[in-house]
Amino acid sequence: MTSPRSGPSWPHLFLGGALIASFLLARLVTDPYANDVLTTIGINVILAVSLNLVNGHTGQFSLGHAGFMSVGAYLSAAITLLLGPSLLGEDGGAPWAQNALFFGGLLVGALSAALVGLLVGIPSLRLRGDYLAIVTLGFGEIIRVVFQNIEPLGGALGLNGIPNYTTVGWTFAFAALAVFVVGCLINSTYGRGFIATHDDEIAAEAMGLNTTRYKVVAFVVGAFFAGLAGGLYGHFKMSITAAGFDFTKSIEIVVMVILGGMGNTLGVILAAILLTLLPEVLRPIAEFRMILYAVLLIVLMLLRPQGLFNFRRRSR
Amino acid sequence: MEFFQQLLNALSLGAIYALIALGFTMVYGVLRFINFAHSDVFMIGAVVGSLLGNHLPLGTWWGGLVCLLGAMAVCALLGVIIERVAYRPLRNSPRLNVLITAIGVSLLIEYLFQNEHVFGAAPRSFPAVFPSIVWQWQGLTLSSSQLIVIGVALVLVVALELIVYRTRIGTAMRAVSLNPRAAQLVGINPNVVVTFTFALGSALAGAGGVLYALNYQSVEPLMGVMPGLKAFVAAVLGGIGSIPGAALGGLLIGGIETFIGGSQFSTYKDAIAFALLILILLFRPTGLLGRRIPEKV
Repeated sequence: MTSPRSGPSWPHLFLGGALIASFLLARLVTDPYANDVLTTIGINVILAVSLNLVNGHTGQFSLGHAGFMSVGAYLSAAITLLLGPSLLGEDGGAPWAQNALFFGGLLVGALSAALVGLLVGIPSLRLRGDYLAIVTLGFGEIIRVVFQNIEPLGGALGLNGIPNYTTVGWTFAFAALAVFVVGCLINSTYGRGFIATHDDEIAAEAMGLNTTRYKVVAFVVGAFFAGLAGGLYGHFKMSITAAGFDFTKSIEIVVMVILGGMGNTLGVILAAILLTLLPEVLRPIAEFRMILYAVLLIVLMLLRPQGLFNFRRRSR
Repeated sequence: MEFFQQLLNALSLGAIYALIALGFTMVYGVLRFINFAHSDVFMIGAVVGSLLGNHLPLGTWWGGLVCLLGAMAVCALLGVIIERVAYRPLRNSPRLNVLITAIGVSLLIEYLFQNEHVFGAAPRSFPAVFPSIVWQWQGLTLSSSQLIVIGVALVLVVALELIVYRTRIGTAMRAVSLNPRAAQLVGINPNVVVTFTFALGSALAGAGGVLYALNYQSVEPLMGVMPGLKAFVAAVLGGIGSIPGAALGGLLIGGIETFIGGSQFSTYKDAIAFALLILILLFRPTGLLGRRIPEKV
């Protein structure tokens, strides 16, 4: 992979750039349609970048990212819905109080998703390749079935009337945070272990790396940000159902990662933006969207397995 | 009596899972990857069966057999085409790439069939191609379709066992599964073996599709997803790569699901198979009848 460089690395540059951009966006964007599209882009970037840490950098193929997203969405929405009225009063409270509650909810959602990631990761990361894919898929389905059976969380009907707290500015700020954390983690000395685990697990273990530990850390960090994205998504759409976080949603995120090139953060961000804009542009042929995704997956694997946006020559 | 009724239902459901699991296990044995598109071949078997059934006289034994064999033939061909187009060019790529392609093929078939111009997402009814007779005996209800499912599955499993252990191509399959490179050294063409394996596995999935649709009397594009995943669990439970294991695993999963479905935990029915998979992989990754394969560097 890349050699360590001196000077400010790109995660720092990205964080600075995106923070400025998000403050500008929060001021400038007034058009509701642009607002919707930009928020969706921000959420998808968080999802794609966090899955990229697991699937791309660490090389563990997970198909259950939507499951972690649903944990974050449900728990953060539960916090704002259940605690909101008693903490904020009938009139909704001051903006700062709303935001504090929102962040509290997001944090709880993201931490619970990380905890679920730990619970899922410890047993399943002893497996590799195809088995891991199936087990993570299975865990995603188990999480969905469990949520559908919890009556206080709406059962099969899901949660409705979630307050609309998510703004473009905050979404972009969180997206920047996700890119920053994942980028710093990968470019650190510790983070070389993720890439070593991806490149050759047996050799990495022979060098004394605890690959299982690296896999679990990648999984937990990935799940944390998926939960954060889920919380943002819930407070953006204002209603969530367990069925909305099924296998198809996981596949959408996987397609972003593969299209961008597994392990290539910039490519994955571009792919997340492209795949959010594409359905907007191609609205007339919306019924062919998933067919297009499927063809894209096959053709990419056959012709360009390193991803669309990976221009670096592969050394392996 | 309730118990025996449930046992009968479990047996017919398990027989279908066993048929799908056999395809998973054979492909895994030869190529070491999970053919995600297998569950969609199962669905196409049911679709072909329903299309054929609409042009055949209903309620006759020969009509039903023609429908079953037709679906098996189309699925065998489809399996070979999928392998040729999507998997063969990736024979020497990393396994992850093959896995992603398999997911892509599976999604392509599912969304193609959900499209209005091809099939549509709405379920369609499956014609009663076989004679439907219902026997009542001391509160026990036995329908001819259940008997057909169990009978056909039994015949196919025995036929498969004979092919794999008593014919030249079956021996070649086992050789490739044991050691692909050594098999090539003794003059076995791996491409022929892989093509044959896909044809055989897909034909079994096609038969499973027709039998499943016959039992539930409806066909829809996503009907293969859940049975496919459960059949995969069955293959792992029995020990992936083992043919008797897949049959045993299918029957066990069918049994567990039927009895859970009849209990108070019925809403968790779909989660049980996955929970079981996780438990097997944790405590006995080789499955009930599988061999342990040491990892080589």
